[in-house]
Amino acid sequence: MDIYSLLRQFADSWMLLFLFMFFMGIVVWAFRPGSTKVYKDTANIPFRHEDKPAPEMGKAEEARS
Amino acid sequence: MSNYIKLIALGLITLFAMIATNYARDLAYQVHAIIVMLVAGGLFLYTLRHTDEPVAATGSLQREYFDSVVRYGVIATAFWGVVGFLVGVYIAFQLAFPVLNFDWAQGFANFGRLRPLHTSAVIFAFGGNALLATSFYVVQRTSAARLWGGNLAWFVFWGYQLFIVLAATGYLLGGTQSKEYAEPEWYVDLWLTVVWVAYLAVFLGTVIKRKEPHIYVANWFYLAFIVTVAMLHVVNNLTIPVSIWGSKSVIVWAGVQDAMVQWWYGHNAVGFFLTAGFLGMMYYFVPKQAERPVFSYKLSIIHFWALIFLYIWAGPHHLHYTALPDWASTLGMVFSIVLWMPSWGGMINGLMTLSGAWDKLRTDPVIRMMVISIGFYGMSTFEGPMMSIRAVNSLSHYTDWTIGHVHSGALGWNGMITFGALYFLVPVLWKRERLYSLSLVSWHFWLATIGIILYAASMWVTGIMEGLMWREVDANGFLVNSFADTVAAKFPMYVVRALGGVMFLAGALIMCYNLWMTVRRAPAKEASLTVAVPAE
Repeated sequence: MDIYSLLRQFADSWMLLFLFMFFMGIVVWAFRPGSTKVYKDTANIPFRHEDKPAPEMGKAEEARS
Repeated sequence: MSNYIKLIALGLITLFAMIATNYARDLAYQVHAIIVMLVAGGLFLYTLRHTDEPVAATGSLQREYFDSVVRYGVIATAFWGVVGFLVGVYIAFQLAFPVLNFDWAQGFANFGRLRPLHTSAVIFAFGGNALLATSFYVVQRTSAARLWGGNLAWFVFWGYQLFIVLAATGYLLGGTQSKEYAEPEWYVDLWLTVVWVAYLAVFLGTVIKRKEPHIYVANWFYLAFIVTVAMLHVVNNLTIPVSIWGSKSVIVWAGVQDAMVQWWYGHNAVGFFLTAGFLGMMYYFVPKQAERPVFSYKLSIIHFWALIFLYIWAGPHHLHYTALPDWASTLGMVFSIVLWMPSWGGMINGLMTLSGAWDKLRTDPVIRMMVISIGFYGMSTFEGPMMSIRAVNSLSHYTDWTIGHVHSGALGWNGMITFGALYFLVPVLWKRERLYSLSLVSWHFWLATIGIILYAASMWVTGIMEGLMWREVDANGFLVNSFADTVAAKFPMYVVRALGGVMFLAGALIMCYNLWMTVRRAPAKEASLTVAVPAE
């Protein structure tokens, strides 16, 4: 089989399945239990550290409110 | 030590550029060799004068953000924006009044030479600098870390400006490989590749050393934009130079493969440069200006992956009714239509961020600008999939409708969100309490909005008219109109379009004045810039 047909066959079978499952996995993962709490914190990232980077080494956790 | 290596490299580049100037086979290459020679030679002298000087300690800098490069990026964005809009207005008048293609400027400033200058200036110079500046700003704030790589960010900024200058002068002098949005010739492409790898390193380095546990969604979009543009740029510019002393090169792809690669590149330049990157802006600046977090973070994750997974396949819709196999153009068409969903999901996410703060639309012209940009995003991502349907495309393709579509996206979405980001950034970066004048922002808003509406509406009318005239046949099956008939019929719409462009340009000039006066006149915040930030 020439390389074009081989790649074509792979692309519209296994690769298609892989990409589709990967995408569905992301959707499921985004709605996993407990994600709302995590994302609430993540969505607030732009409102922290506006003027200065977080302090070095270990202090980062306390500095975050 | 590193200075010695730099001096040797710069010296060799200068020498090579001198030889290239001598042996140059065409004018564009020769001028570029002179530019490279001057830049490399100047940098050589600069580095020489600073070699063996004591180096200031940089330890304390880690406690500050690297904002000077962002300030330069903001200035470059405003500057290239005005240049690009001005060229656009000029070529719009050239189309309405061909006499503006002056005889004495033939071969340099006629429509064919200026048109790629306009598209590249607005997309890559204006849009590119906006992405560079905002990505450097956003990745630092959302990672709570200073930019990685020290002066590498300066290399990215100035290297990118050099790319713009080489590309722009090349177009005017005829150094082009005639691929839409990928016109620069092989050595300019190689230079951009180097700059882009450095850009990826700075961005990714900052993300890796972040202090926040999560990577904020804006950074995902910026990263997708950087990585994908690198891939597109390399594949679409695989050329073999005819001579190392000339600008002409030959692409390795042939025939329909070349066309497909070109539009795979071309549409993803829209999808990743003008969409993913600017969505990164939206996901940071809209929440900041509205002072509330994004409407749904879950939706933003799905938005990201859906957009990334779908956009990359949409390119073939540029090649309906060509030598491209039907299955490929059908694939592109289907993916373009599916793309409607993530696009509108993202639009809803951006707009709904304002829920509970809609009153800000009345009081804050900057948020109004961002909201209308998201509105234009929704409109052009509805129009695009519709135009990608083969039956619609048979009417719209090769007509001015396409140009209207591009501009409602580029002026409305990219332009407006960039203006919003600039109005947000300038007071923050120059430590001012507020903008110089909000009423000038309103003037800008209305001039730009009415300008875009004039532009898009006139192009819809002229595009559909043109398409209908081309396909009109009489009772015996003969075509009714000659090409020149359509050109004559389009004249009034061309004048309206040019006037819309004038209004958009006027708005941008007002913005530049307003930003300039913000830096000069607006009250400073207590900690003044010159005191707070150590010299870099």
